[in-house]
Amino acid sequence: MTAQASQPTSAQEPAAVSSAEPVIRVEGLQAFYGTQQVLFDIDLTVRPGEIMVVMGGSGSGKSTLLRHLVGLSRPAAGRIELLGLDITRARSLEMLALRRKIGVAFQGGALFSSMNVLDNIMLPLREHARLDRKTMEIMARLKLEVVNLAGADALMPSELSGGMLKRAAVARAIIMDPTLLFFDEPSAGLDPTVSSALDDLILKLREAMNMTMVVVTHELESAFKIADRITILDQGRILLVDDVAGVRRSDNPRIQNLLNRRSEETEVDAQSYLQRLTGEMPPPPAATNETPEAS
Amino acid sequence: MTAMLRMAEGLGRGVVRGADEVGFAAALFVESLFWALLGPARRQPVRLPAVFAQMMQIGLEALPIATVLAATIGMMLAIQSLYSLGLFGAEHFATVGIGLSVVREFAPLIIGILIAGRSGSALAARFSTMMINQEVDALRVIGISPVRFLVAPALIAMMIMVPALTMWAVLVALTAAGLLVTAALEISLGAYFADLISVLSVNDLTHGLGKSVLFAALIALVSAVNGALADGGAEGVGRRTTRAVVHSIAAIIMVDMIFAFVVTSG
Repeated sequence: MTAQASQPTSAQEPAAVSSAEPVIRVEGLQAFYGTQQVLFDIDLTVRPGEIMVVMGGSGSGKSTLLRHLVGLSRPAAGRIELLGLDITRARSLEMLALRRKIGVAFQGGALFSSMNVLDNIMLPLREHARLDRKTMEIMARLKLEVVNLAGADALMPSELSGGMLKRAAVARAIIMDPTLLFFDEPSAGLDPTVSSALDDLILKLREAMNMTMVVVTHELESAFKIADRITILDQGRILLVDDVAGVRRSDNPRIQNLLNRRSEETEVDAQSYLQRLTGEMPPPPAATNETPEAS
Repeated sequence: MTAMLRMAEGLGRGVVRGADEVGFAAALFVESLFWALLGPARRQPVRLPAVFAQMMQIGLEALPIATVLAATIGMMLAIQSLYSLGLFGAEHFATVGIGLSVVREFAPLIIGILIAGRSGSALAARFSTMMINQEVDALRVIGISPVRFLVAPALIAMMIMVPALTMWAVLVALTAAGLLVTAALEISLGAYFADLISVLSVNDLTHGLGKSVLFAALIALVSAVNGALADGGAEGVGRRTTRAVVHSIAAIIMVDMIFAFVVTSG
């Protein structure tokens, strides 16, 4: 059950999205947590300048897919190519060079709690660029301006609100002017206004810097606002890759359930229900996938 | 029978997990060494400010409590030595016992246990929290080796400051013991130290300091391993921190015995 992402093109696809060689190409990706398989033969391509949103319910494997895409987990099988480099076989120096071209904004920000905002944002520069401190500070403050966090440079991460944390994380992710930007649940835990502002920021960044972005989210409104194409994952498999209109049109009942926020209750007969209560039967598949990492 | 099997299975799993963690600790040590030696050539040095910050935390900030503990141990040893040797009328040999036991055993052991409880727990809590908050993941995606950035500075700082604190503890403990011994034996402090110098050899000092270097590496690695394996939110941090302290202290005591056996039997 796989889907090729180089499928229907969006009617509303912006001019920035190119039909050139994909910047991300995933082929036959399989992943496990222990003995439990969480991703099944994932095939996916993302084109330059595109915003690809990966959606799915809890336990669908979207965060696991993201961890594999950014090289934090090694796949059990399959191939992941980023900017032409197969990261499943790359050597450490090749990976290091690649890492300078990608940025990741984590769900909780993942700012270093022992450093203030400015030092957090400057860290990639300090490690990878040979610049004097003053220049790095100016560059970091420029990025803070871009994410509307001007003046927050001396604050510690513990002093930031949820929205500010996420914007600071974006500033750190873009400090090296990456070609590829990944977001993990950018809107999670934010009120609608702040969430919408973050969506605007993502669109603004794409427009200004022509970055390719992969955004993992379960927020429908946000996905429909920013996506060029949407990949829908369900229980570790790709259900659909299409533009926003195509996703809305889909008659797949699971996709419709996701779009209409309907829970999926599986029919269980009385005997199986009793077995489940006494622990003689494993819980239904949707619940077995519910590992923190696999969400 | 089932209970026996379950016990054997549990034991087997424990042994495999233990071996796994020892292997992980060894890999961390080798990788830290790699970054310390070859990092500058690859333009990825271990940051000296991070090493100094750790040295401050591990060493200088522990100085007051290390001084109090060392003085207490020194006095306690003096009291016990004077009492037990006094039973045979051999109080004047107290200096020999105090000198050898402080330099070879008590100073490294007390400082090891103190640093395991104080800095080992802090390191494990810091690493665990960073793991859970995805800060370690963030380092990796930025292209920074977490071992170079976090473990190597702590390991280097620990291996410098624990022997330094041990040396300090030797001086404090021997001086504190000297105050009691000189009063009891009615000799001068100068005579007491002259006695000590005649009794102690360089070998005794290298024995104590050698052990303290080993303890330092153990504390840093056990804390790093526990931090790296953390999961389960705040409870996980607490669990890993406690485990790091208990394992560090247990490892220190066991290595102390093995070290003493190997060195003295040769």
